[in-house]
This record gives sequence, structure tokens and C-alpha cells, in this order.
Amino acid sequence: MKPIIEIEHLTKFYGKNRGVNDLSLSVSEGEVFGFIGPNGAGKSTTIRAMLGLISPTSGSVRLFGQGVRRGDASALAEVGYMPAEAAFYRGMRVGEVISLSAKLRRMDCAAEARRLCDRLQLDVRRRVEELSLGNRKKVSIVCALQHRPALCLLDEPTSGLDPLMQEAFFDLLEERHAAGGTIFLSSHVLGEVQRHCQRAGVIREGRLIACDRVENLSRTRARRVTLHGVNRLSLPGMRDVQSEKRALRFLYDGDMAALISALQGLPVDDMTITEPPLEEIFLHFYEEGGDRA
Amino acid sequence: MTLFVHELRRGWRALAIWAASICGMMLICLMMFPEMKAQMSGLTDMFARMGAFTAAFGMDKISFASPLGFYGIECGNILGLGGAMYAALLGAAALGGEEAGHTAEFLLTHPVRRGRVAAEKLLAVLAQVLILNLLALLTGYLGFLAVGEAVSAADFLRMHAAWLAMQLELACLGFGLSPFLRGGLGASMGLSLGLYFLSLAANISEKAAFLRWISPFSYCEAADVLANGRLDAPLLAVGLAYALIAACIGWQRFARKDVCG
Repeated sequence: MKPIIEIEHLTKFYGKNRGVNDLSLSVSEGEVFGFIGPNGAGKSTTIRAMLGLISPTSGSVRLFGQGVRRGDASALAEVGYMPAEAAFYRGMRVGEVISLSAKLRRMDCAAEARRLCDRLQLDVRRRVEELSLGNRKKVSIVCALQHRPALCLLDEPTSGLDPLMQEAFFDLLEERHAAGGTIFLSSHVLGEVQRHCQRAGVIREGRLIACDRVENLSRTRARRVTLHGVNRLSLPGMRDVQSEKRALRFLYDGDMAALISALQGLPVDDMTITEPPLEEIFLHFYEEGGDRA
Repeated sequence: MTLFVHELRRGWRALAIWAASICGMMLICLMMFPEMKAQMSGLTDMFARMGAFTAAFGMDKISFASPLGFYGIECGNILGLGGAMYAALLGAAALGGEEAGHTAEFLLTHPVRRGRVAAEKLLAVLAQVLILNLLALLTGYLGFLAVGEAVSAADFLRMHAAWLAMQLELACLGFGLSPFLRGGLGASMGLSLGLYFLSLAANISEKAAFLRWISPFSYCEAADVLANGRLDAPLLAVGLAYALIAACIGWQRFARKDVCG
């Protein structure tokens, strides 16, 4: 498969502040790649470097085999970008923004734009300043996909979208992927990366600490377990144990059958097992486990 | 020219408001001229004896009682200062406004080179300044028709050409500052008013005469334009050089800066 995104030793500092540090990764044609990390980890900086919005302090970015330089927009004809926080020109209507985006690409995307607006139930007559975050996201989706790009760069695309719209959005991405498109999706929601991406990179404090197929990354099936009625338990795979008077909370990445067996005969009043936030997984597993890139 | 048209569409409302205000005030001034003309014999002497104030506004060189003298001083100040503020504001907001409004990320992720973005935006700024001045010219022409005064077309057009050149220079100066700013309202007001007062200072004091080479208001003084029957070419050339340098600085800086929102 031909590489579509090639990032080599990308480092970006904003003055003394770290953006990303020595980040290297490659995404091949037709891949759906997830880029996971907590807020401030460097996801948006990496994407901005890919778009030529910022210049790397060192390292390089290539899209479609062509080096990206700040201000040089030649690679962007084949790129659809959706920013984390969509902002548009005040006073314009949704339809005008979508049409402006197509005109800036010198393309007539009217038919595809209509189809996307229908799918996302987007009213093109509304003014952009009246839109909720979710509706602004929808406008962004249409602008990013209406020209059927070969590469979609999506920065936190689902934040602000309701679950139904998230589903519609991922259906659209599936269609783009089926048509041969490459998808680069940044997110801090582990679940959506697990469900929709084939490969993922994990970024933390500007460094890529893991990059692998999603099933390999998800092998750490850690869960946050809360037991009521007991305050002591010892099992391999328990971390971050917090004991209270009649409750016990811990992260557990051991064998689930072993946990259930260990609970037999204990005076458990209630029990919850939830997927921990990604930050907790990073904190208690990736950090301790070291780099897996 | 998608971006050029887009900028004109975005700016038409502000242009309409500035044009209505400036042209409206010019028209009101002109309508007052017949009444003032009748009382002008005494006033002209008074205006000519106000020392530094007289020199500052060039009232020692032209007659306030003549239609073009009155127009040059009164309407010239309205169009000169109002147009200068409008032009500087347009220029200063052209590039920095994209970051202030968080639209830079939308615009610059389309396949349009930044150099082209900057060039079309500058053209749109200059076009809007030109439209404002054409409307002002038309207002002046209709105003003189309405009050029944015949004036020299050459002098009338020369004054308007000078005001237009000054505003175009200020638009370019604002544009040069634009990539360093987020918004630009304060900087543009400071720029236009600052240069205006430098020009007044240059008129009042011999020691400050060198300021004429800095302020674009120096080559658009109606008094000089009418008295000399021509524009001051050296001052105009220096102004054009400042405008070109500023536009190039703005263009270069915008093409090379990091955009983070």
C-alpha cells in the first residue's frame, strides 16, 4: 500500500512550550487511522503540521509523497479537513459557507453537498452564528467531505454531535473509506477509535507512545471496578486501588473470570464495571508499560 | 477571484455605513455653503488670523468663501479623516481578522496559496476604498449641482485623487500591520489619527516640517492642491513607496506565519 501520510521525527515547539516531540508515523492508502490522546497531547499540532498551517521546528511531513511546507496549499486539493472547533464567517448562511468552500476548491460540489446535508439533516438557510456546536460540526463535515477527498483529516470530529448524528457521520466515513479514501481521525474517545479504526497511534505529552493495530492496543482491556459491601480484595491486575469504609474501587486488567471467582462468597451489595476514561488507561497502563510504538 | 468577491460581500455592510456617514456629512456641509457664503466676508478674515490653527488647516492659502476652498477644508476633513480611518481599519483587519475570528483554519485549509489569499484580500481592501471614494466624488458633484455652484472639474478631481491616494496608502500601511495583529481596530485608529496629527504638527512648526515626509495627509491638503494646481509628486512617490513596502511586509509575514486557530 502506498503511504499517504509520512511524518518523520516531527518536533514543534511554540516558544518554550511543547507541541509535539520527535513524532514519526505513517498511514497507508485506504487505512482508517485513529490518533488518540488526551487534550493538549499534541494531536491538533500534528494535524496542523500536516495541513501546512504551522512549520515544524524540525522533522518533516509528507502527504501523497509530497513534502508539506507552511503556506503551500498544493497538497490540500485532495484533503478534507474538519477542525476540532469549527468557526465560520459571521453573517453567512450555511449554504453560502458550503458553496464558498467548494468555490475555493474550484469545484462544483452542489449535488454531493445536498446529499450530505440531507443525511445530516442540516438546514442550509440558517445563519452560522445561530448554530449550535453540533450544527457547526455538521457544516464542517459537509465542507470536509463534499469534494470526495482522498484523505480526510478529522480533528475530534464527534465532539458536540449527538449519538444519532455520530452514527450518521461514521456511516459517511465508511462510505468514503469504501470508495478508497484514507481517514485520519483524532479523538480522545477510545471507544470510537476501537470501533472504527484499523490502526491507531497513542500520543501523550507530545510523544507517540504506542502505534499498532487497534486490536493489539486494546488488548489491555482495563475496567474501572467499584464494589460496595467489601473493602479488601487482592488479585493480579488490580491497580489504583482506593479502599473506603464499605467500598473498594480499582482498575482491573486481569482475567474477568478470576475476578468473578474471587467475588464468590464475599458480601458484595452492589457492583459496577465501567470502561475507564482514556486518561486513566494512559496514566496507569501506557505510562507504566513504557513506549509501545 | 473567489476570495476577492467573498471579501467584498463580507464588507459591503460596513462600506454602506461608512459611505452613508461620510457622504451624508459632506452633503450637509455643502448644503450649508450658500448660507455661510453670505456671511463669509467677515469669517474669511477671522479664519486667516487664527495663527497656528490657520496654518494647520491650510486656511492661509485658500479662501473659505470659495466653493472649492470651503469644500476642500470642510468636506476634505470629513472624507480625509473618515476615509483614512475606514481604510486603515479595513487594511488592519484584512489578515489578522481571520485569526481573531477563528476563520483562518477554515480558509487556509483549502487549496489556495497564502500569497494568493493575501493578494486577493489586499485587492478587496483597495477596491472598497475606491468605491467609498467614488461615492464621495459623486456626492460632491451632486452637492455642487444642488447648491448651484460651478467649480473647476480639474481642481475638484485633483483633490479627490489626492484623498484617494492617501487612503490607499493608509490601507496598505494597515495591511502591513495586519498579520501582527488580532483584529486591528485600536491599531488602525491609532495609525490614522496619529498620522493626521503629524501632518497638523508639520503645518504648524517649521521644526516639524520633516513630518510631511511621513504623513500621507501632507500630500492631500486641499490648500496645497488648489494653490499649486497639482499634487506634490515627491511626497506622493514617498507615500507610494511606504505603501508598497508595507504591503510586501504584510504579504511576506502572512505567508510565513504559524496559524493556530
